[in-house]
Amino acid sequence: MNNLELQKTANEVRKGIITGVHAAKAGHPGGSLSAADIFTYLYFEELNVDPKNPKDPDRDRFVLSKGHTAPGQYAALALRGYFPIEDMVTLRHIGSHLQGHPSMHLTPGVDMSTGSLGQGISAAVGMALGAKMQGKDFRVYTLLGDGEIQEGQVWEAAMLAGFRKLDNLVVIVDNNGLQIDGSIAEVNSPYPIDKKFEAFNFHVINLDDAHDFDKIRAAFHEAKTVTGKPVAIIAKSVKGKGVSFMENQVSWHGKAPDDEQFAVAMADLERIGEELCQK
Amino acid sequence: MSEVKKIATREGWGNTLKKLGEMDPKVVVLDADLAGATKTATFKKAFPERHINCGIAEANMIGVAAGLSTVGMIPFASSFAMFAAGRAFEQIRNSVGYPHLNVKIGATHAGISVGEDGASHQCNEDIALMRTIPGMTIINPSDAIEAEAAVMAAYETPGPFYMRFGRLAIPVINDRPDYKFEIGKGIVLKEGIDVSIIATGLEVNESLQAAEMLAKDGISAEVINIHTIKPIDAELITATAKKTGKVVTVEEHSIIGGLGSAVCDVLCENAPTPVLKIGVNDVYGESGPALGLLHKYGLDAEGIYQKVKAFM
Repeated sequence: MNNLELQKTANEVRKGIITGVHAAKAGHPGGSLSAADIFTYLYFEELNVDPKNPKDPDRDRFVLSKGHTAPGQYAALALRGYFPIEDMVTLRHIGSHLQGHPSMHLTPGVDMSTGSLGQGISAAVGMALGAKMQGKDFRVYTLLGDGEIQEGQVWEAAMLAGFRKLDNLVVIVDNNGLQIDGSIAEVNSPYPIDKKFEAFNFHVINLDDAHDFDKIRAAFHEAKTVTGKPVAIIAKSVKGKGVSFMENQVSWHGKAPDDEQFAVAMADLERIGEELCQK
Repeated sequence: MSEVKKIATREGWGNTLKKLGEMDPKVVVLDADLAGATKTATFKKAFPERHINCGIAEANMIGVAAGLSTVGMIPFASSFAMFAAGRAFEQIRNSVGYPHLNVKIGATHAGISVGEDGASHQCNEDIALMRTIPGMTIINPSDAIEAEAAVMAAYETPGPFYMRFGRLAIPVINDRPDYKFEIGKGIVLKEGIDVSIIATGLEVNESLQAAEMLAKDGISAEVINIHTIKPIDAELITATAKKTGKVVTVEEHSIIGGLGSAVCDVLCENAPTPVLKIGVNDVYGESGPALGLLHKYGLDAEGIYQKVKAFM
């Protein structure tokens, strides 16, 4: 996909996020929107996956360690062809395959059940180790929140990944700067994030704009050239990206828009979509 | 009487892992800097490339095991019960139990028979914790032979397992030609009519001895080995309760949430029966030789005998 197609797709992912969270009357729009471009790039450019064969043992794996941003993953999976995008309105409803946090046995394309922060990265390390042990060349990607890396388990996993030289593992940190109780710098600062991963023997890539597909592409291309080390991409992003009143607002970490706000949000995204069509 | 052979159940765990390693290249073993004590070092020596020492990081170890299982490996993860079931409870609950992954946890050094290390390392809560996880199979073998059979059965049965092993060398009691291990099936070791003693782990042997002492007083005790705490053998427990009308449970675990609670859960629904729960009485252990502690806490044959006698 070229950048314009990726941008259009990411905008559709954002519409899916807003539609799902609005219909659920609950959920986490802020961190889903900040990672929407990463989700889009992963499922449409990076991951070697096939929606028609979602259990292919040789596929690349993706673990959403920041599981609360499942709406972003679900919308990307739907647009990639794993299930109809219309399913987004069932998010968090009783009987839906779209749980509040990812469930690997319910949603096609989900490789690991997550939601409890800090745990997904460990599973990703296990998958990467398993690939090495089996002599398989699939790659493993995991997306973490920047607040999530306050969890000690993240660094237990990082230590093992660095020590074991898992160069088939890419850890992406969605660095939108905000967590439930405020900015990450104020709650319990994890900065410098890059230096920490370097100290754990990762090859670190600072992606200074996680909404610029040229830069996203460059970061993932660089990641593929690395041998003998796992890769950490520190992706600077804007929480709530694309919806005017949600951008950089900590209050939109974990609440749903009401009908009026939903209309404004969708109008924002429609306008962005139209602008992209003019290009 | 000839000398009784004594082997710790953790030896059965370690030996069977090595056998499984020979049988199946998908078997992988994880440890958290306790490979010598948990006996996974036996596997490590034979298959170093399939032994992952995660260092002192049990939470991550469980998550790594979960990830390995999703890509087709068969992980067996080991640490002391305190740190496997205790520290990593939520990882087991969310990363193994919830997705019902094929992860086998072997927790050694369970109960107060850890001995000298004292209360911080004597896990009397693990069965209670693991019982609350839907779909978790829990096995607490009564000797090294049963431990080997349990590990083999866990390998053959898909899904999450929690297996509980001890540090202390204990008598081998299942060394007989007709011994058969079946997940979820209790074993009647001695028939009786006055009281049913339902025991698990090293307390099975202590209960057998207590039954002999009771026999001298004219009390006929039925002794049942419940190696599988979950799914529990409700049929056998109900039948023995109906037969004797009095039930005693014996475990090297808290009386809250373990075998005693599991038996009461069965009986309150199927056959309300007076139950005496013998176990660790909602207290912490302490340092000391294992056998001395078992005696002090009333968990040796003598203690069981006294309590059952008073219960009759």
